[in-house]
Amino acid sequence: MSEFLDVFRRPDFIPLLVTHIELSVVALLLGVLIALPVALAVNRSPTLSAIAINIGNIGRAVPSLALLALAFPLLGFGFATSLVALTALAIPPILINASTGLRQVSPQVMDAAKGMGLSGAQILGRIQVPIAAPIIFAGIRTSAVQVVASATLATFVGGGALGQLIVLGFQRNQPAIQIAGALAVAVLAIITELLFGFLERAFTPKGLRVARKRRGK
Amino acid sequence: MPSPGEPAKAGDTLGLLQDLQPKLLDWGWIGENFGDEILPALIGHVYLSFVSVGIALVISLPTGVLVSRYRKAYPPVTFFTGILFSIPSLALFAFLVTVPGIGIGPTAVIIALVAYSLLVLIRNVVAGMDSVPEETKDAARGMGLTARQILFGVELPLALPVIVAGVRIATVTIIGIATIGAYIRGGGLGELIFLGISRNFPTRVIVGAVLATLLAVIADLLLLALERYLRPWARTRRA
Repeated sequence: MSEFLDVFRRPDFIPLLVTHIELSVVALLLGVLIALPVALAVNRSPTLSAIAINIGNIGRAVPSLALLALAFPLLGFGFATSLVALTALAIPPILINASTGLRQVSPQVMDAAKGMGLSGAQILGRIQVPIAAPIIFAGIRTSAVQVVASATLATFVGGGALGQLIVLGFQRNQPAIQIAGALAVAVLAIITELLFGFLERAFTPKGLRVARKRRGK
Repeated sequence: MPSPGEPAKAGDTLGLLQDLQPKLLDWGWIGENFGDEILPALIGHVYLSFVSVGIALVISLPTGVLVSRYRKAYPPVTFFTGILFSIPSLALFAFLVTVPGIGIGPTAVIIALVAYSLLVLIRNVVAGMDSVPEETKDAARGMGLTARQILFGVELPLALPVIVAGVRIATVTIIGIATIGAYIRGGGLGELIFLGISRNFPTRVIVGAVLATLLAVIADLLLLALERYLRPWARTRRA
C-alpha cells in the first residue's frame, strides 16, 4: 500500500500530471479554435455543411493511436507531435456537432428572425449559436474526454504525460506504479467527464433547459 | 515474428545515411512482409473486434430489453457503464493485467473492449425499444400475440435499425481501441505500430495506422449501409 502511495510522491508525478493537463487543454482549445470557425463558415450552405459533417465522421473513425503514430514519422518524438495528433483528434466531434446544431434551428425560427429584420450575422450570433449551444457543447465535451484519454498514449511518441507512469510500471514489472498511474489517469478522465457535463448544463440557455436533449454521442 | 529487412544494409556511406534517416514508406518491406506479418496482424485485429462486439451484444441485448421494462434500473446501468466508458484504455488495460487469472494477452484486451461497448449498445437497445410505437404494440396484443411473440416478432425487428446504429458506433470505437491492446500482447494492427515506433521504422507504423484507420472507416460505412437497409422508410431523408 505504501509502495502504491509512494508513486504519487515521486518527483516526476506532478510534472507528468501537469504535462497531461497542458497537452489536453491546449489540444482542446486549438480544436475548438479550428472546428468552430469552420462550422460557422459553412453553415449557410447545405452542401458544405454536409461535407464538413462527413469529413468529421470519417475523422472520428481514425483510431487515436493511429493519429499519434502517423504524426510520429513526420514530426518525430516529442510534445509537438502529441499536440498535433491530439488537436486532430479534438476537431471531428466539435465540427460534427456544431455543423449539425447550427443547421437544425427550425425554419420557422429562422423565418421569424428574418421577418424581424435581423441581418445574417445577427441571426447567427443571436439565434443560431444560442440555440445550438448545448449541442456544440456536447461535442466539446466528447472531444475533451477523448483528448484526456488519448493524452495517455502521448508517452509512446515521447510526449510525456501520465501514460509514462503506466509504461514505466510495465517496463520495470512494478504493478504498483502501473496501477497508480492508471488510477491517476482514470480519475482525471472521470473528472473531465463530470466537469464538462456540468459546463454543458450551464451553457444551455434558460429557454432551452426544458427541452434539453443530449446529442452527438 | 519480426522479420529482417528493416535494419542496416549499410555497405556505403549513402546506405548508412539512409539507415539513420529511414524512408517513410519502404514498399519493398511491405511486399516482403505482407503474408507473414501484415496480413496476420489485420486478421488478428478483425478477430479481436468481432469477438468483442459479439460478446458485448450477448450481454447488452438482454440487459437493454430488461432495463427498457424496469426503468428504475436504467440510470444506475448507464452510470456504471458510463464510468467504464470514460476510463482511458491504457489505464483499463493496466488494471486488468494485474487481476489474477487474466494477465497479459488477448483475454484482457477482449474484456476491456467488451466493457467499452456496453454503454453505447445498452443505450441504443433501450432507445430502439422506446422507438416502437405504443399503437403497434397494442395492435399486436389485439391480434392475440403473447408477450414473447411481441418481443421477438414486433419490438426487436422494429428496434433493429437503432440497435445496428449502436453496433456501428461500438465497432468503430473498438477497432480504434484494439490497436492499443497490442501493448499488452493482444495482437492486431497495433503490434505493427508499437514495433515500428520502438525500432524507429516508419513503414511499419504507417502500415499499421493506415490499415487500422481503413478498417474502422470501412466497418463504419458497411454498418451505415446495413442501418439504412434496415430502415427503408428513412432512406430518402438525410441522416
